[in-house]
Amino acid sequence: MHDHTTRLSVSLWRGKEAGEYQTYQVPVRESQTVLDVVTWVQRNLDPTLSYRFACRVGMCGSCAMTVNGRPRWTCRTHVSKVVENGRLEIGPLENLPIIKDLAADMRPFFEKWQDAKGVFAPTKSRHDPIEAIKPDTAQRIAADKAIECINCGVCYAACDTVRWNADYLGPAALNRAWSLVNDVRDAGNAERITAVSADGGCHACHSHQSCQQFCPQSLNPTASIAGLKRTAARAYLRGKVES
Amino acid sequence: MNVRLYILQRGTAALMVPLIVVHLAVIFYATRHQLSAEDILARTRNSATWALFYGTFVVAASIHAAIGVRNVLTEWSGLSGRMSGLLGFLFGAMLLALGLRAVAAVVLP
Amino acid sequence: MKRLLPARRRNVLWLAALVHRLSGIALAAFLPLHFLVLGLAINGGDELNGVLRWMDNPAVKLAESLLILALVVHFLGGLRLLAIENFTWRNGQVKLAAAAASISMVVAFVFLVRVL
Repeated sequence: MHDHTTRLSVSLWRGKEAGEYQTYQVPVRESQTVLDVVTWVQRNLDPTLSYRFACRVGMCGSCAMTVNGRPRWTCRTHVSKVVENGRLEIGPLENLPIIKDLAADMRPFFEKWQDAKGVFAPTKSRHDPIEAIKPDTAQRIAADKAIECINCGVCYAACDTVRWNADYLGPAALNRAWSLVNDVRDAGNAERITAVSADGGCHACHSHQSCQQFCPQSLNPTASIAGLKRTAARAYLRGKVES
Repeated sequence: MNVRLYILQRGTAALMVPLIVVHLAVIFYATRHQLSAEDILARTRNSATWALFYGTFVVAASIHAAIGVRNVLTEWSGLSGRMSGLLGFLFGAMLLALGLRAVAAVVLP
Repeated sequence: MKRLLPARRRNVLWLAALVHRLSGIALAAFLPLHFLVLGLAINGGDELNGVLRWMDNPAVKLAESLLILALVVHFLGGLRLLAIENFTWRNGQVKLAAAAASISMVVAFVFLVRVL
């Protein structure tokens, strides 16, 4: 029986969709993060382990993985907060194809971002005066609440509607669409509303609120999606949505 | 689920809010007074009000349930989107037929 | 259990969504039967009376109160969803969901006590 105070039992997913958990023994260190643990395994036990990280300080969102069943940023997760009986189980983000081991393929996530028209469509050129955006208008407040998304994919991994509905664009893409709907400088709303009104758009959301629960930036995609539902329904009733 | 189905489903849900309240009151009244079939039918026969009330309820519930069934099938069964939609529609059509028949049964003289 | 309810689903709002879906399925399954029974009145009250007498037993009464539970919880959960989707966002969803569940259980229990 390993002493829980000096050693962690860490199970890491190895392989692709067909694969298995392999267990490693990792020394316990003070203030250890889950990313520290994964790094230690790769450097000291198994150099063939694949995983993704960048900033290590909770700014980039690259290190998101499934830790003991929950999607999280591993650099911002203290082992002491999530360890269960001296064990950790770490896998790649769910709802995404697996490249290898702990690295998920983010392409479907970004493709849906594009499908939701989560892209700014400019209206002015450098020759026009700068648009004055007041920070206290209702639209700017709504956009600002949604704008801090850094595309880490945690909400997408947490969402069961993504899991059950292959068409569903997902919380992050729709949250971005909402922030752009509220951006008065943007010209792309006709296309955007049509995109989010289709099958798999905002109306597929069941308001489980897993996205809100797990978002490391404390964003609320459920609220953004509720706003989109209202906006799209109104546009449809006014005949403004292309079928 | 798209915007059209959403509006139909949420719209019928909103419409049914007062209908459900009344229906629950009817259920509790009927059970409290232990109404028999004759007692109930005496109240519903020839009643335009009950015809309108339950007729509306049946139409709304059929649409609402059909879309709900479609959504559950899309997400939880392995069936294609089109098959789920078809089955949902057929289910709704069946509810509408049986429901309007039931309304006719209790309302017509 | 770990398969059906992994860690990320173990929270009140996810369970509320599951209850909403399951109650909807139960009501959808029940409605055709309900309409068929009422449709018996098409030939006068006797057949309907017969079925109502047959239904006058504790097992059926328990099933009826579970249906009342399903109806009320689906109704209240649906109200919560309509509120989320149409009014300004309010926190406190967990409290609302818990209240919906509690009220439904009380209503169903009152029904059961009255009909047994």
